[in-house]
Amino acid sequence: MTTLTTTSGSAAATRAPAAAPAPRRRRTLRGRHIPYLFLLPVILLFVGFKAYPVLYALVLSFTSNKGGVDTFVGFDNFARVFSDPLFGRALLNTVQILVIQVPVMLVIAVLLAVAFNSKLLKARAFLRVAYFVPIVMGLVAYGILFSALLSYNDGFLNFLLTSVGLPRVPWLADPNWAKVSIILALTWHYTGNNAVIYLAQLQSIPEELYEAAAMDGANRRQQFWNVTLPGLRPALVLTVILSTIGTLQLFDEPYVLTGGGPDNATLTIGMYLYNNAFKYFDFGYASAIGYVLTAIVAVLSVVQLLVLRRRAS
Amino acid sequence: MSAAVTSTARAQAVAKERLRALAARRKPTSPGDRALSIVLTTVIALGAVVMIAPFIWLFVATTHTTSDIFSSPPALLPGPEFWNNLKGLLDSVKFGDAIRNSVVVSLLFTFFGLIICSAAGYAFAKFTFRGRDLMFGLLIASLALPGQVTLVPLFKIMVQLGWLDSYQALILPDLAMPFGIFLMRQAMQAVPDEPLQAGRIDGAGEFRIFFRLVLPIMRPSLAALAIFLFLARWNDFVYPLIIQRNPESYTLPVALATLRGIGTTDYGQLLTGTFISILPVLAMFLFLQRHFVAGLLGGSVKQ
Repeated sequence: MTTLTTTSGSAAATRAPAAAPAPRRRRTLRGRHIPYLFLLPVILLFVGFKAYPVLYALVLSFTSNKGGVDTFVGFDNFARVFSDPLFGRALLNTVQILVIQVPVMLVIAVLLAVAFNSKLLKARAFLRVAYFVPIVMGLVAYGILFSALLSYNDGFLNFLLTSVGLPRVPWLADPNWAKVSIILALTWHYTGNNAVIYLAQLQSIPEELYEAAAMDGANRRQQFWNVTLPGLRPALVLTVILSTIGTLQLFDEPYVLTGGGPDNATLTIGMYLYNNAFKYFDFGYASAIGYVLTAIVAVLSVVQLLVLRRRAS
Repeated sequence: MSAAVTSTARAQAVAKERLRALAARRKPTSPGDRALSIVLTTVIALGAVVMIAPFIWLFVATTHTTSDIFSSPPALLPGPEFWNNLKGLLDSVKFGDAIRNSVVVSLLFTFFGLIICSAAGYAFAKFTFRGRDLMFGLLIASLALPGQVTLVPLFKIMVQLGWLDSYQALILPDLAMPFGIFLMRQAMQAVPDEPLQAGRIDGAGEFRIFFRLVLPIMRPSLAALAIFLFLARWNDFVYPLIIQRNPESYTLPVALATLRGIGTTDYGQLLTGTFISILPVLAMFLFLQRHFVAGLLGGSVKQ
């Protein structure tokens, strides 16, 4: 960083007397040190609070705290990750939630966006707000809210079920229902957000494409498959990747709703990392988990990008 | 004179007639379409009720005691207990402190985030310089990095700096937000170069050009970014949870989460606190909805 500031300083110093002979440079957008000055805060913050911690975590992942001292242990932490049954459990839980929640949510979001884009829907602006508004609720707030709504004996949802003659559901106490609850909460929170992304993309599909399709005798369903979905592809790629990354890092919902239970049924990788770091203070192992998670995220994102891109071309 | 008036009136009438005919032709409301419209609107409206029901339930719950909230049948209309819940809340946790901390941290984060992200976006969009693509690529790549990876190192850094429980620990690390920089770069690319060139020819300094010319043009994008930044910090939970150890420095989400851990939870108070914590962002959302949507989209889906 110091080299950067000194070079830009000397550049400014040499420029001052030579201002007259070099008017061209001044007028173009290529002032040599100027962009670095505008970027300086970002560079400093990125190096200090992103790049440095990322490398720090890498170093930590090869250490173990023994008697208050971080000692180098080679690949021990990583070997432990791959033989740890609880990590396997967390990975399985995370993947189970991922493969159900993301497709369900995105399909609903696509249908919603198509509805919002249709002239057949009345009160469109109002209804759109209703679906989008859950995004403002912070994770803690909706965790608290949902745990109250889902309470077994006196929660509002079970009240509704019993009042139409259905049995109570152990939303948070049963391992399988606990996963369902997390999926429901996630879907409630993020579906509208994705629908708005799709809606923006839908509005960029030229009307003429639909007119041409209609002229060729395509009905509504054929128009959806042949015009709407291909037009949505960029937004679909974006949301599939973002939702996958978000769900792989899932932490807040289980933390506030289930605490990872019952019987570790909703323990996610993010929660397991957090527990190791801030419950057991095993920073080395937690960092190794973090890097394994990064690798999983990176591989999955690249694979998805390649698959979705190839299908597009 | 009068002839002219009548002729314009006639022309207007003709134009109106034509418009009506056009509208009628464009709207082929066949019985099938009308039925479909009713079904579609009903289904979407029922879904909308499900989506906003938790908000209404939350509001009603703030006006009841814990036992009334969970009585059977549950209270469905507002009751008289809001002020008691609020008073109990202020007595049981340092809720006032939490509100102040959240407001200060979120506002400062938004203010500095706006300047830093727009300056970076400006540099990336309007200058060519060595390392530009590499730097931008690194920023975007860091989006894919799970936040949990840097959690432990950030905690250790804050311990070493003695910044636990401080505002700067909550404000600084995420200020250079990749998404915000991306958003600002997109917005800047749409701004023409001419006014900037004119400013340079007039001898204005680069920073003067940025603050006097660039920022005013970017006002709509800045509004979107402001909402995005404020919301992100207001709702942030995991990181403040590990950094803020002293109850007096808790932000709202942390205070609420710990309130739940204390013995038997008073849900009347807890839900009142929850309701208060979402009020500012809810109000912001309803009043600035268009910017809000733009902020979340960030131009990222445009091809």
